[in-house]
Amino acid sequence: MNIPLGLRAGLLSILVLALFLGAWHLATRGTGVTQQMSPEYAKLMGLTATQGKSAMPGPVDVGIKLWEHLKRPFYDNGPNDKGLGIQLGYSIARVGLGYLLAVLVAVPLGFLIGMSPLMSRALDPFIQVLKPISPLAWMPLALYTIKDSGLSAIFVIFICSLWPMLINTAFGVAAVRKEWLNVARTLEVGAFRRAYTVILPAAAPTILTGMRISIGIAWLVIVAAEMLVGGTGIGYFVWNEWNNLSIVNVIIAILLIGLVGMLLDQVLARLTRMVTFPE
Amino acid sequence: MMTEKFISIEGITKRFKTPGGTTTVFSDLWLSMQRGDFTCIIGHSGCGKTTVLNILAGLDTPSDGVVIVDNQAIEGPSLDRAVIFQSHALLPWRTVLGNVAYAVSSKWRNWDKAKVEAQAKKFIDLVGLTGAEHKRPAELSGGMKQRVGIARALSIEPKILLMDEPFSALDALTRGTLQDEVRRICLTTGQTVFMITHDVDEAIYLADRVVLMTNGPEAVMAEMVENPLPKDRKRIDFHRHPLYYGTRNHIIDFLVTRSKSFAEEMKTNGFDRRNVPLVRPSTALDPHASPSLAAE
Repeated sequence: MNIPLGLRAGLLSILVLALFLGAWHLATRGTGVTQQMSPEYAKLMGLTATQGKSAMPGPVDVGIKLWEHLKRPFYDNGPNDKGLGIQLGYSIARVGLGYLLAVLVAVPLGFLIGMSPLMSRALDPFIQVLKPISPLAWMPLALYTIKDSGLSAIFVIFICSLWPMLINTAFGVAAVRKEWLNVARTLEVGAFRRAYTVILPAAAPTILTGMRISIGIAWLVIVAAEMLVGGTGIGYFVWNEWNNLSIVNVIIAILLIGLVGMLLDQVLARLTRMVTFPE
Repeated sequence: MMTEKFISIEGITKRFKTPGGTTTVFSDLWLSMQRGDFTCIIGHSGCGKTTVLNILAGLDTPSDGVVIVDNQAIEGPSLDRAVIFQSHALLPWRTVLGNVAYAVSSKWRNWDKAKVEAQAKKFIDLVGLTGAEHKRPAELSGGMKQRVGIARALSIEPKILLMDEPFSALDALTRGTLQDEVRRICLTTGQTVFMITHDVDEAIYLADRVVLMTNGPEAVMAEMVENPLPKDRKRIDFHRHPLYYGTRNHIIDFLVTRSKSFAEEMKTNGFDRRNVPLVRPSTALDPHASPSLAAE
């Protein structure tokens, strides 16, 4: 037995998946004819009543539906019937915009807080109070002031992505080693150049870690936010399909939310590795 | 004797607040050094050696007094005074060349990239690191990292080199080689050096003069020991010089006993802080000087 660890782990993953799908399939399949009735009446009653099939869709149903969606990801048949690609696109765009705004605010502000003990102490109470507020609690206030549901969702993403980035940036900047700063001081490096050539590279791994936490939270929050604001997006899609009682589509949406979340996390993880330096 | 005061420490005091009041690390220190001097400072931990060096570097400020370098009072860090840190303090995200070039481009802001790299490479070569320019600090051994630190400090062609126990974190063999190289470089360039050390042999090998500091708090510079060994001393045999043991014993006696008792001694011997006595160890000065006697 000299199979590489990666291969063994991969095989085990496939086994777990197969077991899960198998159990799912067995749990939801029909148990056979349960009741004798005329074929016309049976059509009306559906498979759940006649074949003992579970109301929960099985993996095959989901697979078939998923294939349909993947074939036509970008169709648009009006407000309540859009391709999954379009819905995900809306969600990603909202997250991207809110997140980008948060980066633009959090990183410079975090630098300020990290470099100035005065600002750090003065702003700390505000951060401590604002940080634990559920981002969705801002929603009514956002809707009332911004008067646009789409922008309100972006604002909610902004506010929830802000704190991890702000706190990590401030911490990373404040924790830059004194000896590196002393190197810059003895070389008479100006404040601006010092920020760019010493503090930023030294704090970058911590800042990126904060950004990675933020993107995860933003992706969690967008689904809930879109359920509230409605209209478009993967969160709205989930809620709409629940109202349609299309559990198949709900399951597909859940799967895709997970995949996109993983992808976003991986992008940030890769960026973090790029700026991390060995010591 | 004092033809020119290149560095002049004038009455510096360092106090800091503690929960129980104020502690005076050292008070009213006076010392002057000439251009091209290699001065070592020896004393026990906590006597404020590093604070003195940081004040010279401009990284710390004295509570009282001034330090004048080349007729100008120190007001902050300067490119004229390069520091070699004990912990090498290389920027880990930059390569060897990047670290040295960062210093070079800080000194000569308008130089183009090629000129900066040429200057950096010249000093990387001087410390014997050619071939490792593109390695990052994490890939280097402790001795190599300290070489980069030395190259970085020398590359800006400073008037004064300040070293805070630069070799203390290295193994004995590497330390020896690096001492040789620092001595060679300093002798050829006539560099003025101020160095902190704990190692008496290192001080005798490298320094022209060794400043002895008493224990803190309230530390003082008790003596300046002039190195009686010839300037062309070699590592291989400097410890066989007739005056070597006299010098070594004098310094060790100070560290073992007089660094504690000097506070009493200075009350009676008319010690003048402004004129720290210059001592030149000789056989006459110290009866234990000869190697045979020292081994008793």
